[in-house]
Amino acid sequence: MTTRIYVPRDAAALSVGADDVATRIAAEAAARGDDIAIVRNGSRGMCWLEPLVEVETAEGRVAYGPVSVDDVARLFDAGILEGGADTLYLGPTEAIPYFARQQRLTFARCGVVDPLSIEDYRAHGGYEGLQRALSMAREEIVAEVTDSGLRGRGGAGFPTGIKWQTVLDAPAEPKYIVCNADEGDSGTFADRMLMEGDPFTLIEGMTMAGVAVGATVGYIYLRSEYPHAHRTLREAITTAREHGYLGPSVAGSAHPFDIEVRLGAGAYICGEETALLESLEGRRGLIRPRPPLPAVSGLFGQPTVVNNVLSLATVPVILERGAEAYREFGMGRSRGTQPVQLAGNVKRGGLIELAFGVTLRELIENYGGGTASGRPVRAVQVGGPLGAYFPDSLLDTPLDYEAIAAADGLLGHGGVVVFDDTVDLASQARFAMAFCAFESCGKCTPCRIGATRGVEVIDRIVAGEERTANLELLDDLNDLMTKASLCALGGLTPIPVRSALQHFPEDFSRPAPVATTG
Amino acid sequence: MTLIREADLGTPAIKSSVLLTVEVDGKTVMVPEGTSVMRAAALTGVTVPKLCASDNLEPFGSCRLCLVEIEGRRGTPASCTTPVEEGMRVTTQTPDLASLRRGVMELYISDHPLDCLTCPANGDCELQDMAGAVGLREVRYGYDGANHLDAPVDDSNPYFDFDPSKCIVCSRCVRACDEVQGTFALNIMGRGFDSTVSAGGTAFVDSECVSCGACVQACPTSTLIEKSVVEQGQPEHSVVTTCAYCGVGCAFKAEMRGNEVIRMMPFKDGKANHGHSCVKGRFAWGYATHSERILSPMIRERITDPWREVSWEEAIGYAASEFKRLQAQYGRDAVGGITSSRCTNEETFLVQKLVRAGFGNNNVDTCARVCHSPTGYGLSATLGTSAGTQDFDSVEQADVVMVIGANPTDAHPVFASQLKRRLRGGARLIVIDPRRIDLVKMPHVQADYHLPLLPGTNVAVINALAHVVVTEGLVDEPYVAERCEPEAFERWRAFIAEERNSPEAVEGATGVPAADLRAAARLYATGGNAAIYYGLGVTEHSQGSTMVMGMANLAMATGNLGRPGVGVNPLRGQNNVQGSCDMGSFPHEFSGYRHVSNDGVRTMFEEAWDVGLETEPGLRIPNMFDAALDGTFKGMYIQGEDLVQSDPNTKHVTAALAAMECVVVHDLFLNETATYAHVFLPGSSFLEKDGTFTNAERRISRVRKAIPPKAGLADWEATMALSNALGYPMTYEHPSEIMDEIARLTPTFAGVSYEKLDRLGSIQWPCNDAAPEGTPVMHEHGFVRGQGLFMVTEYVPTDERTNDRFPLLLTTGRILTQYNVGAQTRRTPNVVWHGEDLLEIHPWDAENRGINDGDLVVVNSRTGETALRAKVSERMQPGVVYTTFHHPDTSANVVTTEFADWATDCPEYKVTAVQVSRTRQRSAWQTEYAATREATTRIAVPAETQP
Repeated sequence: MTTRIYVPRDAAALSVGADDVATRIAAEAAARGDDIAIVRNGSRGMCWLEPLVEVETAEGRVAYGPVSVDDVARLFDAGILEGGADTLYLGPTEAIPYFARQQRLTFARCGVVDPLSIEDYRAHGGYEGLQRALSMAREEIVAEVTDSGLRGRGGAGFPTGIKWQTVLDAPAEPKYIVCNADEGDSGTFADRMLMEGDPFTLIEGMTMAGVAVGATVGYIYLRSEYPHAHRTLREAITTAREHGYLGPSVAGSAHPFDIEVRLGAGAYICGEETALLESLEGRRGLIRPRPPLPAVSGLFGQPTVVNNVLSLATVPVILERGAEAYREFGMGRSRGTQPVQLAGNVKRGGLIELAFGVTLRELIENYGGGTASGRPVRAVQVGGPLGAYFPDSLLDTPLDYEAIAAADGLLGHGGVVVFDDTVDLASQARFAMAFCAFESCGKCTPCRIGATRGVEVIDRIVAGEERTANLELLDDLNDLMTKASLCALGGLTPIPVRSALQHFPEDFSRPAPVATTG
Repeated sequence: MTLIREADLGTPAIKSSVLLTVEVDGKTVMVPEGTSVMRAAALTGVTVPKLCASDNLEPFGSCRLCLVEIEGRRGTPASCTTPVEEGMRVTTQTPDLASLRRGVMELYISDHPLDCLTCPANGDCELQDMAGAVGLREVRYGYDGANHLDAPVDDSNPYFDFDPSKCIVCSRCVRACDEVQGTFALNIMGRGFDSTVSAGGTAFVDSECVSCGACVQACPTSTLIEKSVVEQGQPEHSVVTTCAYCGVGCAFKAEMRGNEVIRMMPFKDGKANHGHSCVKGRFAWGYATHSERILSPMIRERITDPWREVSWEEAIGYAASEFKRLQAQYGRDAVGGITSSRCTNEETFLVQKLVRAGFGNNNVDTCARVCHSPTGYGLSATLGTSAGTQDFDSVEQADVVMVIGANPTDAHPVFASQLKRRLRGGARLIVIDPRRIDLVKMPHVQADYHLPLLPGTNVAVINALAHVVVTEGLVDEPYVAERCEPEAFERWRAFIAEERNSPEAVEGATGVPAADLRAAARLYATGGNAAIYYGLGVTEHSQGSTMVMGMANLAMATGNLGRPGVGVNPLRGQNNVQGSCDMGSFPHEFSGYRHVSNDGVRTMFEEAWDVGLETEPGLRIPNMFDAALDGTFKGMYIQGEDLVQSDPNTKHVTAALAAMECVVVHDLFLNETATYAHVFLPGSSFLEKDGTFTNAERRISRVRKAIPPKAGLADWEATMALSNALGYPMTYEHPSEIMDEIARLTPTFAGVSYEKLDRLGSIQWPCNDAAPEGTPVMHEHGFVRGQGLFMVTEYVPTDERTNDRFPLLLTTGRILTQYNVGAQTRRTPNVVWHGEDLLEIHPWDAENRGINDGDLVVVNSRTGETALRAKVSERMQPGVVYTTFHHPDTSANVVTTEFADWATDCPEYKVTAVQVSRTRQRSAWQTEYAATREATTRIAVPAETQP
């Protein structure tokens, strides 16, 4: 009997040698005459265990990890094919506490299925949501999404159903679905993991969006730094087309819909939806003023749904299980689950999908296991480079759009980056301005000149030059950037700066470093 | 007199029938739906600070100075990008807004040189104004931070400098290049703080920039600024006038300091140009003060004598006595005159009046003879009016545009920008031209069909287009039935449906694939509003008039006449070619296109002018030459035209002129014709006189005197003096009196007066009791002639054919930076771009002849030969070569023939069979002519200054 062995193809696993491990397993099995089949699955999201090798046994899938090439022979000696014991043996995968305590909806199939097998996808509930959607009126699909409480997972948290309704109501044709896969926030990787581990979910979600609003073409705007995701998506799209799930008649229905993947060129700003649209049209990635909203006048001036990967990839489970089932999860106005990406100075980094409401401290302690360095946590940046630095006193803030905002932060794309007590928040504040200066599209004045001046002003503060006056100037600059910038890059850069100033003022008032001479 | 500063309402006007009420700082205003808050505020008189917004550009939202507060809305939205909503209440001034605006200005100035006092834009700088408006008092960032102050100046363009150290990256220049001009030569390089304006990464002069000036005009600082302002300082008063180059007729403000022109700025209220310009009108006006201008009258008895400077009285007296002598000696018809399409309507009217009343014959003609005379004939025959049917703005409502034998991006650049904007907005394009002109494919414009016909086969092509319309059931039958003469239509329909007019039948002769021709015809007939724009590629053929009628037939058959968005539109070459024709410059017509044999009309003129008038048409230009060679035509008064350089078969022309006894040239320069002149009267440039020009859309616009005539007399005054000396009295005090006379004597001008022109800005004729404010679109309620008349347009190939000796077809034209014979533009820095005429030749034809790019080649025709350098270009089709006629030392017209339009004698410039070969020297004619020119343009040094 053939034994199935799962070795992830996810870029995080590949970066720690998953390909070599898979090759060695195949060679080892061949040498021993063992009958195995290697499945290159997505990641289960437990990054510190990669490459995480799973074996399908009579008791279900059991995990070993992190497996290196040198471990393979020993694992075969230990009877890996039957789930034999080893120091790397982790037991049944889904019983690993880190995993077992999650509530996986969006990522339910990620790491489980063969990402490029449409049969596998369907065997795990794939395309059931679409089948249901195809039996519904457009308005009903949109209503279902609205009722689910799904909000934009890219960071803005705008209700997805409302956006779809706007596009549905727009009279102009054609309409477009644009998937924002320009995942650029520091410490985030959920989009990539999903596209590499369960691409059909995204394809199905985009197809549903197309059916719901009457769009016939979808574009995935993918950052060029994701070559594996690019290959996987292209293959999956071809497969979906071959199986009639994309093309002139989606799943045999009257709806035409197809998808193209377009690559970005390395600009963070092109993750902003209007700059993304400019880039998609072949122009410089400059911010467009709003109004008009992209939902009214988006790609090529036509009504366009622009949604993040996770928003679109969550739609299938909503349609499959119903809006009510989805909104059961979460708290307040944040319904459903949030795929949190835990990173930085943390023992167990990875993807943790949980209902809204979990606190930062729970994430760091119960899942992350504290800092990797073993030193105390001093600051946690939530929501990417434009998110606030939270001190220990705020770590009991629950993950919830409103609660994080009340703490002057933002949830963003769900990235959580942990710092220990060696971090200097003045240099982190400087980094925020420097990041903005580096990534600014250059259109609006507050961002184009302001960010550069922000770096200079923080440098003067740190150097002890007229600190009081420069702190006041920095405050004015933060105010200007917040209120006058054209888009969120300039508008939100003050958040990390201000949080650093507010919670870690001591880092800005240290004695100026004395210049050392040779 | 003050400097006119036009209001800038920040964002473009929006057309909407829905009006919304908005309150700005407590003032209420109603604006069309879609209007920005900024514009609404401006309309209430509230000025919101701004730097990146301008009302000729789409809102951009980058500077962030125009933030406002709106009741019920979060934050501080930018007023330029926020459309008004019903009942919106806007506040533009609060302490918070003031603080934000100061913050923005503080950032700007932290990266800006503090050299206002020595900056050329001092006093005309929006950045400076805004710093004042927001109360900027300090820059707390200091000036030691990152900056662009060391960015080097690009002074490569002859007319303007680019100093990036002054740049605030508002992108107005880039957007003006894209949106207004449509050239897309500028962009922003780099991102964030490193964002800089760039002409595609090269120096401006080497870039795709066409020097239209839109970017310079758009710049709110001195980053892009006219060299003349850098060198001379700011102007202090403006005179609104009309450009003297092409037939678009752009309105300009001559911005002056005293009697010195500092710069020409396109005038926003100009209805032909809406504030846009091209390199010629905007920058190439320096010829007016060029050192080669002749400022004193001169005479000589023989053309081999040196010129002798004399007083006006002596020159005029000598000319008059000579004309009188010639008429006494050789008969009344032995003299004549040429009016100029570059002079004003009033001046033109006076010259023809001088000929008819003063000389007592009808020997008057004009340079329109050699360009658009077939337009007058063809449109008059079919529709009833010798003029284009639309205003330029009509193109904004066109769905299909067919450009035939015209190259608007070079020859009519400001209209081309308007056309390109419409094409970018979705209109479809058909180009019928032997050459692959820029419109066929350029940034964001691509023709749906390019029909690259062989020169000389226009009529075959237009007939084939009509054949498709007739035989595929695409005729607008109700339109034709209602508006057109039925018998003529049936006759035409039967003729055009004949198989020999089918695309397939003419494919061989025209070289146009039948399938493309059919597709183009269907598009024209069924694509919505279809408009034809054409140029001299239509008229300058042996069947020029036939082709004009063919286009009118096609437009009538498809119902594309008589409303905005359609029409048959000549793109006129010269500033006043429409006007010179309107003014009675042709030997057979009085003003308003009324035949001299019409007794009623003639009697009216006789009574008004108090003189008996000749009843028969006089000589056309080519007839005058022939008569001169026959010895019966002996004297000419030529105002503002260079017959030698512009008329075909130069050797014939020079021989005729040499045979005359009194040639009076009235011009700015000793042009090529002056080589053969006996009297030279110094002309006045358009800056030096009052008058009117009439552009291609029949728009009469004022020319206003910005400086006194440099030679003492405006051209109309000189003509008047000559008439008085001839014994026919003229006593006008001002050109407005001449216009009053024109209006009295010309029904289509009956309502025109200077007072009304000043009030309305400009007027499109007909202007009379029926249309007191003029007529933008003709034939709206039926054709002027009554019923539209379909004319049978048989294709007759030209007699000018290729053969073994002359296997190539030469066609001629002009390019962007030069204008006609180049008398003006050659005397400006425009020669940087086009310093000599080049022969464009397809690589295959070049290779067959061993010709490389830049080689000197000789062009031979049956008429003559000239040498010039070759430019190997795939814009040409194999078998066709092209050159311009801007430079007298090339004189393309040495080669062109005397074949001409059957109806109007308009020369067939566009088809000459030639051979091209490499050469090492100038042609014999060029050498000989240069020697003649040298010998005949000497000016005697006045005695008292001799040593």
